Amino acid sequence: MQLKLKVWRQKNAKTNGEFQTYSVTASEHMSFLEMLDVLNEELISKKEDPIAFEHDCREGICGTCNLVIDGRPHGPMQGTTTCQLHMRSFKDGDTIVIEPWRAEAFPIIKDLVVDRSAFDRIIQSGGYISVNTGQAMDGNAIPVEKDLAIKAFDAATCIGCGACVAACPNGSAMLFTAAKVSHLGLLPQGKVEHTKRTRSMVDQMDKEGFGNCSNVGACEVECPKEISIENIARMNRSYVAAVFGSDE
Amino acid sequence: MQWILNFLTSSIGKKFVMSFTGLFLISFLIIHLIGNLQLLYSDGGEAFNKYAYFMTSNPLIKTVSIGLYTGILLHAFLGLAIYFKNKKSKGKKYAVSTSANASFAAKQMALLGTLILAFILIHMGDFWFKMKFTDQIIPVDYDGMQVKDLYAQVSTTFSKPFFVGIYILGMIALAFHLWHGFQSAFQTLGLNHKKYTPIIQGLGKIFSILVPAAFALIPILMYLNR
Repeated sequence: MQLKLKVWRQKNAKTNGEFQTYSVTASEHMSFLEMLDVLNEELISKKEDPIAFEHDCREGICGTCNLVIDGRPHGPMQGTTTCQLHMRSFKDGDTIVIEPWRAEAFPIIKDLVVDRSAFDRIIQSGGYISVNTGQAMDGNAIPVEKDLAIKAFDAATCIGCGACVAACPNGSAMLFTAAKVSHLGLLPQGKVEHTKRTRSMVDQMDKEGFGNCSNVGACEVECPKEISIENIARMNRSYVAAVFGSDE
Repeated sequence: MQWILNFLTSSIGKKFVMSFTGLFLISFLIIHLIGNLQLLYSDGGEAFNKYAYFMTSNPLIKTVSIGLYTGILLHAFLGLAIYFKNKKSKGKKYAVSTSANASFAAKQMALLGTLILAFILIHMGDFWFKMKFTDQIIPVDYDGMQVKDLYAQVSTTFSKPFFVGIYILGMIALAFHLWHGFQSAFQTLGLNHKKYTPIIQGLGKIFSILVPAAFALIPILMYLNR
């Protein structure tokens, strides 16, 4: 299949970028990233600068293959990452627009690669449990109510890709932060530090310059792991409890 | 006390203020609508004029109305502040925009809110300001009780198609604003539940259609019956 790509090219954080148009021949069995690999091979053989895009596991769990394809983070498919998107989702002769994540807190490093270290700093501010783990414990040593276990596990599927921020018209990181808060806070081991954790993670999220949630809901639509915004409501509850119920 | 200030300036704190003021304004809409429906009585405006007099003279209502004005101003200006903050946080927009993941109302809350604020200014300038601060509204006598004939002022306004149009547009903006705002307020306050959220969302949709429609019906009927 013959495709036209409009790709955002930007040398570094300081320069202004622009769209460049490329033609590429792809097979419908290729993944989206493989199609970009083919294009980059061609660019390299022509001694041109290949398109910088992030990728790692190529099986939907690392959260790095972050592209906005035709206006949608990770492309048109529901609940998938870009590496899980295949060219059969497109038609011969299509023009595909590829852009990087757009958010103030995610500055562009080069082309389609953005700096998501703001997420790392949110995790560092409280996204952990302060206990010595020692050897791996028996899975059933601490009983957990099934319903809570499912909710915690659903939240734990967050791969930190940042599609929620990319999709949000407010550039808000509430779904990411709420997923982490729920993932840890719903389980007995994480409950101990739950309120303190919520408060420090939300404060760090605000410090990073993310926007304010207005419940648009685009985040949960575009999340490749389909994490629900009910986690945001849970985080709001525990943030208020943390502010009004603590001594600090 | 620093902690209160920190809370109110945090992203979640600001949204809490928006939710509380929003729900307060929603409760006001119900009271306002019930009062206004008296315009449709065919009694030459007596019930409405007496009601308007009560609302502008009762000390308790006067106190509550200060809360209402504060609520409107807080909701409007904090809303605009959040809009500009969010615009900055989003940064550059995408070349391709999609409506696949969000409703029009959710994305345009600030625009709809600004339209509603403009409507409120026109609305209050025409009725509230003239009623309270001028002598343009001539009093009528009901069994020795001197009451300003606000009904006559309302009838004059609603005999002009231009004003009827403005009221209809204002109510359309309100309907879209409530379509998102009603259920959004509950979500922000953390009131999300598998069983109750669908009920809240349903109620919100019914409310956002019925209430603005009932408000809009008043100028339409008064225009047709002029």
